Amino acid sequence: MDASFLPAALAAHAPVLGVVVPLFMAAVLVAVPNGRFAWGVVLASTVFALFIAFELVAQTRLSGVVSYQLGGWAPPHGIEFRIDELNSVIVLLIGAMGVLSAIFALPSVADEISPGKRGLFYAAFLVCFSGLNGVALTGDAFNLFVFLEISSLGTYALVAMGHQNDRQALTASFNYLVMGTIGATFFVIGVGFLYMATGTLNMADIARIVVDMPGNRVVEIAFAFILVGVGLKAALFPLHLWLPSAYSFAPNFVTVFLATTATKVAFYVIIRFMFDVFDPQSAFVMMSLTWVVMPLAIAGMILASAQAIFQTDARRLLAYSSVAQVGYMMLGLGMGTAIGVSAGVLHLLNHALMKGALFMALGAFAYSYGVRRISDFRGLGQALPGVAAAFTIGALSLIGVPFTVGFVSKFYLVQAALANGWWWAVAAIVFSSVLAVFYVYRILVVMWVHPAPEGRERIRPVPLMILVPLWILVAANIYFGVHADFMVDLANAAAQAAINAEAGS
Amino acid sequence: MVELLADRFNYAVIIVLMMVGLYAVIASANLVKRLVGLTIFQTSVFLLYITIGKVFGGEPPILPGDVAHGYHAEDHFSHAVYSNPLPHVLILTAIVVGVATLAMGLALVVRIREAYGTIEDVEISDADYSSEVERGA
Repeated sequence: MDASFLPAALAAHAPVLGVVVPLFMAAVLVAVPNGRFAWGVVLASTVFALFIAFELVAQTRLSGVVSYQLGGWAPPHGIEFRIDELNSVIVLLIGAMGVLSAIFALPSVADEISPGKRGLFYAAFLVCFSGLNGVALTGDAFNLFVFLEISSLGTYALVAMGHQNDRQALTASFNYLVMGTIGATFFVIGVGFLYMATGTLNMADIARIVVDMPGNRVVEIAFAFILVGVGLKAALFPLHLWLPSAYSFAPNFVTVFLATTATKVAFYVIIRFMFDVFDPQSAFVMMSLTWVVMPLAIAGMILASAQAIFQTDARRLLAYSSVAQVGYMMLGLGMGTAIGVSAGVLHLLNHALMKGALFMALGAFAYSYGVRRISDFRGLGQALPGVAAAFTIGALSLIGVPFTVGFVSKFYLVQAALANGWWWAVAAIVFSSVLAVFYVYRILVVMWVHPAPEGRERIRPVPLMILVPLWILVAANIYFGVHADFMVDLANAAAQAAINAEAGS
Repeated sequence: MVELLADRFNYAVIIVLMMVGLYAVIASANLVKRLVGLTIFQTSVFLLYITIGKVFGGEPPILPGDVAHGYHAEDHFSHAVYSNPLPHVLILTAIVVGVATLAMGLALVVRIREAYGTIEDVEISDADYSSEVERGA
């Protein structure tokens, strides 16, 4: 506890506070629907959650696993929040992205959401935020489902609020709701089968029991249901159909936050179940990694990138690119080795940095010129050089140009693939990166080379509240691209925690 | 075969409900019907959990008055068999989540109807397509 910089009373309850405080504040915001006040509360809660996340990272560095018993009921009967080096990193990501997108939110939400709705809009955001934190922190399988649904309910409302710009946001949100609920229900079925086989819901406890049940059909079916259910939430390739519409019609602020956190948290759940709860050494999990996850990952990397090339809407293009990036992360998992998982986690963190920057830059274009289509981006390079430069750096990072984070994580992915002798996976990574060059090139050439159309008026300048978080993310893209050690350390520790969990506990 | 089904009657019903629900979600073009399918699908999972909790010959997990006050406690616990209450508690939570999701879905359908004047999938896509064409995409 020496590394702690919070008061002892707060530090002892740190795991649960990151969930409870935003959730409680959401209830407050419903009662006091004032947009400015709500924004202040959101910023304060996300900053608080970020502090809690730093505290948790420090605690897990010190002691490995932090276990918090809710209400003092001891696990496995009580609900436990269990934090190791894998989920403390995810909580740190959620907290950091929460703060940055909350800063971005003030001008962006004022632009897109009508004044009377802002208080409730921010309340929905806090519900989503606390749900995501809960998913990342909990050590109880059923509790995880509840938090998953809490965050999803917030997300559906947030996505639907894009209807003030385009009514298609409503249908996008509805489709997301239907698919998301099917996914969550599949997850519950899986948890039910696990409970049938093991008689417990505590994830560490399940892991302990499942190791002694090789070849148990019920456990295998549970695994399949959980993989498909969470795969839907994580937009794993053939289950990604909700994602492009949800990202392209949601308000800009929501897209920034979702693209950097929501699918990442679902991806964390997949890692947790594949390598921690289920036994990664068992033949069944190995087989599904090699014959299901890995082919789908490669198909996603290539097909989604190819689809991205033909989009007319800039955010839709980046959404398809997100699906492809999920493919990269899954590829890391599919290798089933420590360096593979580490590369997957590293790409998860790095992808959040680049997509956050890219979507924020698109948000700035929409704020300042009201443009969303790629063909309307003509001449923006001259009109908004700062934002356009930020977008360009983010885009280069997405391709994986050296000295950016995109290069670092692709480098580690390639290394991990070569360690397995999977030269064709390396070929797929390179091919998908070439496709990325094409779709990024389409935007960049319109932005920098084509002259601005006549008679286009700037609605208003880009405020500092957008520029500051945007450039923080861009700077992080370059800084961690050059000094990769910090992120690589985090990812390695996370992978170790995921793979060695049952050996350690 | 009949015996096999009779043994697992609950599971057979659950599987049928699950398939009916999923089919309705996928096949119906009406948004409300799709939500109905979703609810049937979720309900089948509730039944699955309840079935897991059933212990044949088990009593409801409630302590009789005298045992709760400390009389005959050892005598009681040595032969008492209880049904498992935990799945019921879980399903209470899941029902709440399901109701919240359904409410959210219905609220969206109301807004879709206000925006498009229809809740049929095909007509919504047609409306979206023609507005795309108008914008000159």
